[in-house]
Amino acid sequence: MDEIFGIPAPLLFGQLLLGLINGAFYAMLSLGLAVIFGLLNIVNMAHGAQFMMGAFAAWMLLAWGGIGYWWALLLSPLIVGTIGVILEKLFISKLYKLDHLYGLLLTFGLALIIEGVFRNEFGSSGLPYRIPAELSGAWDFGFMFMPVYRGWVVVAALVLCLTTWLLIEKTRLGAYLRAATENAALVQAFGVNVPRMVTLTYGAGVALAAIGGVLAAPIYSVNPQMGSNLIIVVFAVVVIGGMGSILGSILTGFTLGIVEGLTKVFWPEASATVIFVIMAIVLLARPAGLFGRK
Amino acid sequence: MAADTTSITASALPDPAQEAGGAWGFTRAQLGALGVLIVFLAVAPFMLYPVFLMKLLCFALFACAFNLLIGYVGLLSFGHAAYFGMGGYLAGHAAKVWGLTPELAIIVGAVTAGLLGTIAGWIAIRRQGIYFAMITLALAQMVYFFCVQAPFTGGEDGIQAIPRGSLFGVIPLDQDMTMYWLVAGIFLGAFLLIHRIIHSPYGQVLKSIRENEPRATSLGYRTDDYKLLAFILSATIAGTAGATKSIVFGIATLTDVHWSMSGEVVLMTLVGGLGTVFGPVIGAAVIVTMQNYLAEMGAWVTVIQGVIFVTCVLAFRRGLVGEIAAMLKVKL
Repeated sequence: MDEIFGIPAPLLFGQLLLGLINGAFYAMLSLGLAVIFGLLNIVNMAHGAQFMMGAFAAWMLLAWGGIGYWWALLLSPLIVGTIGVILEKLFISKLYKLDHLYGLLLTFGLALIIEGVFRNEFGSSGLPYRIPAELSGAWDFGFMFMPVYRGWVVVAALVLCLTTWLLIEKTRLGAYLRAATENAALVQAFGVNVPRMVTLTYGAGVALAAIGGVLAAPIYSVNPQMGSNLIIVVFAVVVIGGMGSILGSILTGFTLGIVEGLTKVFWPEASATVIFVIMAIVLLARPAGLFGRK
Repeated sequence: MAADTTSITASALPDPAQEAGGAWGFTRAQLGALGVLIVFLAVAPFMLYPVFLMKLLCFALFACAFNLLIGYVGLLSFGHAAYFGMGGYLAGHAAKVWGLTPELAIIVGAVTAGLLGTIAGWIAIRRQGIYFAMITLALAQMVYFFCVQAPFTGGEDGIQAIPRGSLFGVIPLDQDMTMYWLVAGIFLGAFLLIHRIIHSPYGQVLKSIRENEPRATSLGYRTDDYKLLAFILSATIAGTAGATKSIVFGIATLTDVHWSMSGEVVLMTLVGGLGTVFGPVIGAAVIVTMQNYLAEMGAWVTVIQGVIFVTCVLAFRRGLVGEIAAMLKVKL
């Protein structure tokens, strides 16, 4: 068990784990994008910036308020989600009758504003965020070391994704949501307050990005650009999976993270581009995406 | 929801009756504006700093190339920096390492961007709308990572000290004024070419695809072929702009292939007016001038750009030229 395909086992498993963690973030972010897109029909270009805000909110809570990781995990998505609700009310809701591309342009503008403000305030270099005491340390599996925090991120992301899926597929609220995605006018005619549901859905999608940010804070350094590079990969993930299916986007996210991790082992130069190459191949073979409809 | 959505450029569309009149496909108002533009090109270098003007013209051409897609085919490419930047890299490499004359170097840059556009376009036109935007963005990011790693681009340093050389090996371009006339010539030539494309029968089919693609298909047009050709033309012209820029400034860097450059060209076109002939030129002038004056403000420039984006989308969708055209009830 020392070498697999001529690769030392610890290296292989280490990269697999890193891939799994990246995959967890891809899954969480593409899930949020899919939920928002399903109901609002806009691509939330500010998703990366909101992910970054989640991480910064956790950092600020700790540095300025002495509020630790576990409370941040709850408060940061609430704060950032509320900001999302305000953004939706003030700006995005004005665009529903226009071409979807305007929503993309607007949220891109919002992302520029948010990132610019944070860059002015905190500079481009990262801020450290300590791993909470309960989750520090590592397990020794014999063939590799597994830092506890990384295991926690994977588990937390899985739980979060599955809860979201259950919420949408198995509850009454989720049924309203799916119905409104199909035909908003009809659902409104049945007495459901669709505009409020749209607003809250956007808030929830944003909150999901913010939780991702909090989870990411101890792993990556907290910096203003942490979201923008990630989100472009997530767009590719979304194109590969297709935005039609919640479970599909979760699965695609994790799988692509692992594929990327494996590429890092076998062909490091290609690891930055492998997801984009897969996207191109999928588009040629199945333009609607692996789980997409139409 | 689909029934009450308006096309992204429909607001910029004036009354079709305006199409008639004027010469060479130009309406009378456009001929007037073209006259103003030519006079400006001729007089400006004596009043303004020629290097600044050259930068402006390169970005104006870039924005015109982008506008060809968004304004006349309705395709929002969020990855045009790839063609702009790649054109710049290849022209720089050709001029510096292969020792080609500037006109040949620019052609090398443009052709490379065109080839890249052929591949990217072939992949991206399989999806419409926001997916098209996301795919072009992702493909451009792939080009960016390629440029970070590829040896010939010089990584973080970029290609530096690209010689301007001599046009056709005869006319040295070291003087800014000489260089300016070349850049102005390239700009005007490409600008008129784009106009010619838009007003050709081919361009009319493009517009019909923008308005209603299923109907264009049902009329027997192979819309994918039309869209692909438009994408290649747009990428080639964007590459020409990038190539010219790197010859002018003697440097090609990662900035020009980064996604933020793709965002900037969207912003320029949006500010000027999507789907207007002169909008991208005015938009580029506004944004380049703004960046020039606010350069020392650092990241606030990004914030201001974001605010302009939001303002344009919410309240000002026709853009500067679109608003003026609507006010004067002409087509510009």
